[in-house]
Amino acid sequence: MSEKPKLNLNRVPIPKQEPDARRANFSEVALGYSEEQALEEAGRCIDCKKPGCKDGCPVNVDIPGFIMAIQEGDMPEAVRILKSKNSLPGICGRVCPQETQCELTCNLARKDAPIAIGRLERYVADWEIAHPEAVKRGAEEIKSNGRKVAVIGSGPAGLTCAADLAQLGYAVTVFEALHVAGGVLMYGIPEFRLPKAIVQGEVDYVKSLGVEVKLNHVIGKIATVDELLKNGFDAVFLAPGAGAPMFLNIPGENLSGVYSANEFLTRTNLMKAYLFPQYDTPIQVGKRVAVFGAGNVAMDASRCALRLGAEEVYIIYRRSRTEMPARLEESENAEEEGVVFKLLTNPGRLLGDRRGIVRAVELNEMELGEPDESGRRRPVLKPDSEFIVEIDTAIPALGTRPNPIIPSTTEGLELTKWGTVLTDEETGSTSKERVWCGGDMATGAATVISAMGAARRAAISIDKWLKNGK
Amino acid sequence: MYRIAKKEVLVPNTIYLKVEAPEIAVKAQPGQFVILRVDEVGERFPLSLAGWDQKDGMIEMLFLIMGRSTMKLAGLQEGDSIMDVVGPLGGPTEIESYGNVLCVGSTFGVGPMVPLIKALKEKGNRVISVMEAKDEGSLFWEDELRGLSDELHVVLGDGSRGKARQASEFLGQYLEAGNKVDRVFAFGRVFMMMQCSRATKPFGVKTIVALTPIMVDGTGMCGCCRVSVGDETKFTCVDGPEFDGHEVDWETLIKRKRAYLKEEARAFDLGQLEGLRRIAELSRLSGRVSAMEK
Ligand SMILES: Cc1cc2nc3c(=O)[nH]c(=O)nc-3n(C[C@H](O)[C@H](O)[C@H](O)COP(=O)(O)OP(=O)(O)OC[C@H]3O[C@@H](n4cnc5c(N)ncnc54)[C@H](O)[C@@H]3O)c2cc1C
Ligand SMILES: Cc1cc2nc3c(=O)[nH]c(=O)nc-3n(C[C@H](O)[C@H](O)[C@H](O)COP(=O)(O)OP(=O)(O)OC[C@H]3O[C@@H](n4cnc5c(N)ncnc54)[C@H](O)[C@@H]3O)c2cc1C
Ligand code: SF4
Ligand code: SF4
Ligand code: FES
Repeated sequence: MSEKPKLNLNRVPIPKQEPDARRANFSEVALGYSEEQALEEAGRCIDCKKPGCKDGCPVNVDIPGFIMAIQEGDMPEAVRILKSKNSLPGICGRVCPQETQCELTCNLARKDAPIAIGRLERYVADWEIAHPEAVKRGAEEIKSNGRKVAVIGSGPAGLTCAADLAQLGYAVTVFEALHVAGGVLMYGIPEFRLPKAIVQGEVDYVKSLGVEVKLNHVIGKIATVDELLKNGFDAVFLAPGAGAPMFLNIPGENLSGVYSANEFLTRTNLMKAYLFPQYDTPIQVGKRVAVFGAGNVAMDASRCALRLGAEEVYIIYRRSRTEMPARLEESENAEEEGVVFKLLTNPGRLLGDRRGIVRAVELNEMELGEPDESGRRRPVLKPDSEFIVEIDTAIPALGTRPNPIIPSTTEGLELTKWGTVLTDEETGSTSKERVWCGGDMATGAATVISAMGAARRAAISIDKWLKNGK
Repeated sequence: MYRIAKKEVLVPNTIYLKVEAPEIAVKAQPGQFVILRVDEVGERFPLSLAGWDQKDGMIEMLFLIMGRSTMKLAGLQEGDSIMDVVGPLGGPTEIESYGNVLCVGSTFGVGPMVPLIKALKEKGNRVISVMEAKDEGSLFWEDELRGLSDELHVVLGDGSRGKARQASEFLGQYLEAGNKVDRVFAFGRVFMMMQCSRATKPFGVKTIVALTPIMVDGTGMCGCCRVSVGDETKFTCVDGPEFDGHEVDWETLIKRKRAYLKEEARAFDLGQLEGLRRIAELSRLSGRVSAMEK
């Protein structure tokens, strides 16, 4: 394809709020393409015979297909193509790590100018929201098949499985522990990266298919999985995510002013602490904030801290920049906004004042040694390198593991040594009959799109099993 | 939405509610709690279950007006609804045949004592109940507890009933006198639970306390409720809320509970104090409130 004479290698940049403005508000940072910009970027796609892009997408979106539809100005068709594989394009377009997925394998990536697939995907999804009448959504033609499925958790995995099964005629009930549906999309990922109205739009769509969403229902407490199976549900899909936070296990971690990233983000996003005292939930952010870790969660926490008024925010990470697990776009955004990266440093202990409030952290310098099992170079402590940094708030953002409530109350559910549910990758089936699992609960903390992909496969498997009795 | 079927002002700052929540009522066990959110802007906060009725589909709670959230809840009337109630959360109390069991309750701790005592009695225990209150005017449910227990002792802070002014003091004296006690449960204010644990420690009587750290989700997802127990970090909402009082790091717990004092004061502004006065008037207890204010 590179014979094509006029390859346009200029990716159309996405308009963004300026760093100085955006670090003071919770509105979305990336503003989205205008029609002209979308057409220009779509126009760069050369509709390859062997489109590499598709191989990089975990759910195999027909990328050239929807981009050609944009080129032709047939937006309803673009929506249709996109949604036939990805039921949450407005979300994935915004939060997929495209640079390691579809945009990595786009044939133009070799020329350092992959098509901005995520941004176009977002453009199509936002167009649909702005033109609700243009694409038919809804449940008119669905015929009930009289079977009932329970879905546990309303994150991307739960919502996707529920929507797919509802479209096949199942009566689906989603049980959600929190008071709103959406999982991490609501309580974790901040408004400035993923507006909550978009998530609620998707939840409403799933409901419009006839899915019942029961909030405030912690399965394992108000009813066990076995009770659901006994009381009328033909199958259960487990999608409770991996929400239990990990801590550093260093002295001083239980001081006041030390928040798990989950708590910090939940207070901020789900409970809207940034609107305190209009909203009742408080949050405390001092002048100097240290966030430990360098994944998406750490970036989100650090950027929220800035927006909540912190003057200095540090990302403390024991490896170097190349090993940082966060999406490139997000670490760049964070740095532009003024987050300071203290790389190759590791916390040794947290120090408190007399009232038990954190006031400083002792850090050690690290250097990179031999590669470890993960293939990344292992950080090693430099002897006698301790130094103290004064802080007012500390936020360990070290990742999460599966919550034990469901495993400990469900008989016969086999787990892996990481506490995830042992799951067949192809079908989502578990060691327990009539129980499937997908998303972070099956894989450990992963991505939105991988959770969706697993949920799709599970929906197909559940349907097959219930129709054929295996 | 969860409808309030019954509301009663027990003493001016303590309120009893019966709320429609049939699914929770079916699963509730002694020692468990619920998390509530009164309205759209409300925070999530926990209250222990003080009772439940599977037939009517009702759960009961009893709470002390502390700040913004409990004030809002107190402002609701019979027939009004609470936006969110989730539960039952937390592990249930371990109930066995211990022998002589001493149950201590102060303020809102009297609520969860009721289902506990019932369950202990069912297992054949002899239950000695101790109620702690500031004075006669802050005491409620004395007759109920007397009816349920084998023995009831009331300890008042003004010393008007017996020598002891604090439940912990009573405990010390009771054990000192050679009374055989196989287990102690203490529910209520953190300070009281800490003192009771200290009082029983020299006698080696296992003392179970129900901790009340600040919570957000109540499902093990945020870690806000973490406490140090026997040098291990535990999440109160999933690993507790009941722990061995001799193992709890009380100092850290108390400091963490005080983390939001400034913000709490800001939320609980004077307008809300006005609300307290109105509630008291409604229940014709205003005399007592003005006495309290002095
Ligand atoms: C801060 C943060 C930022 C992230 N950024 C990105 C990103 O930029 N891109 C990306 O692709 N991925 C990102 N991720 C990861 C991504 O969000 C997750 O991989 C994805 O949400 C997993 O989906 P899920 O459906 O398995 O679980 P979740 O989204 O975790 O949803 C699970 C739901 O189940 C509920 N639940 C749990 N237990 C029970 C129970 N017992 N009963 C009833 N309900 C229950 C939970 O309350 C929750 O609502 C991020 C994660 C975090 C925390
Ligand atoms: C498992 C558990 C069971 C409880 N059971 C009862 C009960 O049966 N009756 C009762 O009256 N109280 C109970 N509490 C305490 C009750 O949750 C708090 O009094 C209430 O949240 C105070 O909120 P507020 O806004 O009115 O006061 P605030 O002004 O917010 O706070 C007043 C005091 O309450 C504490 N507090 C604040 N927010 C929370 C929170 N989210 N969780 C816990 N404590 C908080 C603060 O440390 C402070 O000392 C329980 C707490 C826990 C953890
Ligand atoms: S779903 Fe994600 S990976 Fe797939 S095409 Fe869209 S942005 Fe790329
Ligand atoms: S997105 Fe990239 S790989 Fe896919 S068809 Fe267009 S140019 Fe080719
Ligand atoms: S309240 Fe969040 S983990 Fe216990």
